[in-house]
Amino acid sequence: MIAVEDVHKSYGKLQILRGCSATVRQGEVVVICGPSGSGKSTLIKCVNGLVPFERGTITVNGVSVSDPKTDLPALRSRIGMVFQSFELYPHMTALENVSLAQIHVLKRSRAEADERSEKILMRVGLGSKMTSRPSQLSGGQQQRVGIARALAMDPAAMLFDEPTSALDPEMINEVLEVMQELALEGMTMMVVTHEMGFAQRVADRVLFMDGGEILEDTPKAQFFTAPATERAKQFLTKVLTH
Amino acid sequence: MNDFDWGVIARSWSFLAEGMALSALLVLVATVGGLVLGFGLALMRLSTHRFIAAPAAAYVTVMRSLPLVLVLFWFYFLIPLAIGRPIGSLMSALIAFVMFEAAFYCEIIRAGIANVRKGQAEAGLATGLRRGQVMRHIVMPQALRAMMPLVLNQIVIVFQDTSLVYVVALHDFLTTASIVASRDGRPTEMYTLVAVVYLIICLSATKAVEFYRKGRTT
Ligand SMILES: Nc1ncnc2c1ncn2[C@@H]1O[C@H](COP(=O)(O)OP(=O)(O)OP(=O)(O)O)[C@@H](O)[C@H]1O
Ligand SMILES: [Mg+2]
Repeated sequence: MIAVEDVHKSYGKLQILRGCSATVRQGEVVVICGPSGSGKSTLIKCVNGLVPFERGTITVNGVSVSDPKTDLPALRSRIGMVFQSFELYPHMTALENVSLAQIHVLKRSRAEADERSEKILMRVGLGSKMTSRPSQLSGGQQQRVGIARALAMDPAAMLFDEPTSALDPEMINEVLEVMQELALEGMTMMVVTHEMGFAQRVADRVLFMDGGEILEDTPKAQFFTAPATERAKQFLTKVLTH
Repeated sequence: MNDFDWGVIARSWSFLAEGMALSALLVLVATVGGLVLGFGLALMRLSTHRFIAAPAAAYVTVMRSLPLVLVLFWFYFLIPLAIGRPIGSLMSALIAFVMFEAAFYCEIIRAGIANVRKGQAEAGLATGLRRGQVMRHIVMPQALRAMMPLVLNQIVIVFQDTSLVYVVALHDFLTTASIVASRDGRPTEMYTLVAVVYLIICLSATKAVEFYRKGRTT
């Protein structure tokens, strides 16, 4: 359903992605990991066209992201995205955050949108926080609003860019639980994370990136027991022991 | 020793009010027009196309380096030459103020927009909103909050600058007051009045900023 083929991306002379290829099938959960600066965020932002790339193709449900004729906003509305720093709109309540795109993209009435937002916020355990501003919420609560905002669009797939790495340790689990539930329901997910426990529990495959390349693309069992590359081994010992 | 004669204010009230009305009109038009035009310029400056951004940048640099008096003269003499008929000093002063203020508001608005984290726009785009919708519902509301104190400050500056329209033979509040001062020989009273009025306006703007800041943090 998501097909990435030979994607190259540079910022000026600095090459960030050097020919990345990967596929994510319907209902699959793919975890992407790798050292800082390896291009994980860049790759995931290429998938919904937030970052333009020079070479290669990415298709989502057969629609090319880089084709100038593609209606990108329409495509993006079918792909949820969750950010490391939450990126909730600070001037709106939790409910308004979740309703905004439903109203202006899906053209739902405010009443319809709010009704749907309430259901989803309740589902992520925030039934009592609908009218709170992001500044009144904890990090874990904010990220759950972030997930609710994406889910409200009934996405066909979800992209997560380090959804828990800005959180205090005691809040990581409340977010991972929501993500795990989504995975069990069959959501197609691409997740950049260093939470190896999460990967072990729900991932189908693990991609390991370094230096702008996907060095490994393996079923999770194999990745954790017998990584093919030396760099992945080193990376694993680092993240698993700390 | 002369006693003070505050009655001079009451006697010349309608004349002073005319000056005050002109100042108010200039401030209003300069602010509204300057904000609208400044917003357009700011969008141009933020464009990634150089041939859109560069003219706006040049305009802002030129306007900000010129003294307002010069700009007032310019439009007073140049516009009639350009369009072939006189437009009157009031109209030329209004245009000059709008064009001048637009350069300052452009910079205030541009900084306000640039200060909104890039991730905010990305978050909006990722949900399928179009660029214009992201600007309107996500970026501008946050930019406006950050800009508010600077805009109020700019309004105070414009109010003080309105006195410069004397160069195109218009009488703002300060000019009418000084005319009365020399005509009736009451400079102390008149200039005290002027100082008090300026002080009240400046203090109200400061209070408005404080009030606004308080409202934001709660
Ligand atoms: N807008 C940009 N302009 C220039 N360079 C950029 C830009 N965005 C990212 N980079 C560079 O691209 C490289 C890869 O960045 P990216 O954010 O994709 O890495 P990452 O794998 O997500 O790292 P992290 O784990 O720190 O989030 C980095 O060296 C970064 O400095
Ligand atoms: Mg990253």
